[in-house]
Amino acid sequence: MKRPFLALKTAFLAVFFSFFVALSGWAQAEEVHADTTVAAHGEEAESFNANEVIIHHVLDDHQWHFTDHMVLPLPVIVYSEAEGLRVFMSSNFYDEHHQPVVYQGYKLEHNHITLNDQPVVDLSITKNVAMVFINAALMLLIFLAVARAYRNNTGRAPKGLQSFLEPIIVFVRDEIVKPNLGHHYQKYLPYLLTLFFFILFGNLLGLLPGAGNMTGNIAVTLTLAVFTFLITNFSGNATYWKHIFWTPGVPLPLRIIILPVEIVGIFTKPFSLTIRLFVAITAGHIVLLSLLCLTFIFHSWVVGFGATLVVLFINLIELLVAGIQAYVFTLFTALYIGMATADDHH
Amino acid sequence: MEFLTPGTGLLFWQFVVFVLLFLLLSKFAWKPILGSLQEREASIQQALDSAEKAKQEMASLKSDNEKLLKEAREERDRILRDARTAANQIHDQAQTDARKNADKIIEDARAVINTEKQVALRELKSQVAQFSLEIAEKVIRKNLSNDAAQKELAEAYVKEIKIN
Repeated sequence: MKRPFLALKTAFLAVFFSFFVALSGWAQAEEVHADTTVAAHGEEAESFNANEVIIHHVLDDHQWHFTDHMVLPLPVIVYSEAEGLRVFMSSNFYDEHHQPVVYQGYKLEHNHITLNDQPVVDLSITKNVAMVFINAALMLLIFLAVARAYRNNTGRAPKGLQSFLEPIIVFVRDEIVKPNLGHHYQKYLPYLLTLFFFILFGNLLGLLPGAGNMTGNIAVTLTLAVFTFLITNFSGNATYWKHIFWTPGVPLPLRIIILPVEIVGIFTKPFSLTIRLFVAITAGHIVLLSLLCLTFIFHSWVVGFGATLVVLFINLIELLVAGIQAYVFTLFTALYIGMATADDHH
Repeated sequence: MEFLTPGTGLLFWQFVVFVLLFLLLSKFAWKPILGSLQEREASIQQALDSAEKAKQEMASLKSDNEKLLKEAREERDRILRDARTAANQIHDQAQTDARKNADKIIEDARAVINTEKQVALRELKSQVAQFSLEIAEKVIRKNLSNDAAQKELAEAYVKEIKIN
């Protein structure tokens, strides 16, 4: 590889990257601004409510709100005993002035749909569900292409996307999975790789301007943790269960305390996974948005400029967090499965 | 807090999508990717192993060669040494033989000379006896009365005697 090209590429990437990060901050600012105008339109000159703006951003939504003038309606899928399965677009919940309206008895209030004030089963394609789809589609696209590259490139050095992702795959295999799972590792490697890349891609997509806070949603992290929980306990061997119900080398009176602790421990593991990822990603988004909201609270360009700089910096940290959280979730999953399948060493 | 209440729709879709994603990726992505990685690692390991083996073979071949060379050299030295010893032996033998022969010849010659000498002495003795007899005869014939003449005659005859 020629050195000048490398320098050029690096420079290009740096410029592109800073542009992207700045854009991300700007888009979020735009969103905040849009929300303020909505607020201004709705109630008579209500003061800027940063709390509402931030919470609205990090929560799920039935429509995809890019800016005030760019709202992507999403399909609503609801099931109720009275009307069965119903599918319609979420734009039906708003009139032309963006004011909420009741559509054929269905009412959308604080992200909850009710039919004539009765609860319904809501399976809508919300913003985060759409993010899940995009994430999955992106992963399929990328990894099927990489797999194809491996087939076509047999016996040759990896190149392009393949050579970019190979070290990450090898890292997950050799640094996360193998040390924790020992000789069982091949059985669990596909799940752990899927998990790692799902979280990594989700975290990175969540940082894009206008994107949903997918891995910062407790439903997503809970589902992932439940998979880990199920796999851990279904692969648990006799030693694992023995350690929980009859921990070796513990005097009898202590067992009264140890047993409940161990049983609670089975559930605290997935709980900690759920909360850790959710909190880390959501907190990052809240910090970013809070800093941007300062601009609108102070109505000052100077604060806006300063906030943008700080947001740029926080965004870089968020990129780091995206990788770390994917690593940590996968590491702990591997650790839990490893503990449940480890051979008896006592 | 709406934060901590997971939405049913998102739970459902996340579950469905993740299961599908896992199945699809496992079959169509992870399997070929991990397989190729393992294959490549195995082939690299194999290449390294065979290189190491070739190196060892080379080393053993070299040592074999050196051993052969050393053996050949030793063989040569041994043959030379043997040849030299044989030559020396032959030389010594020849010398001894020659000396023995010479001794024998000398011995024989000495024996012959002795025999000849004995023969000659014996002949001489008999001739001396003959001469003595002849002298005595002549002396007796010439002057048996005259002592002086007898003596003169005897002396004259003795002068005549020459021992060859």
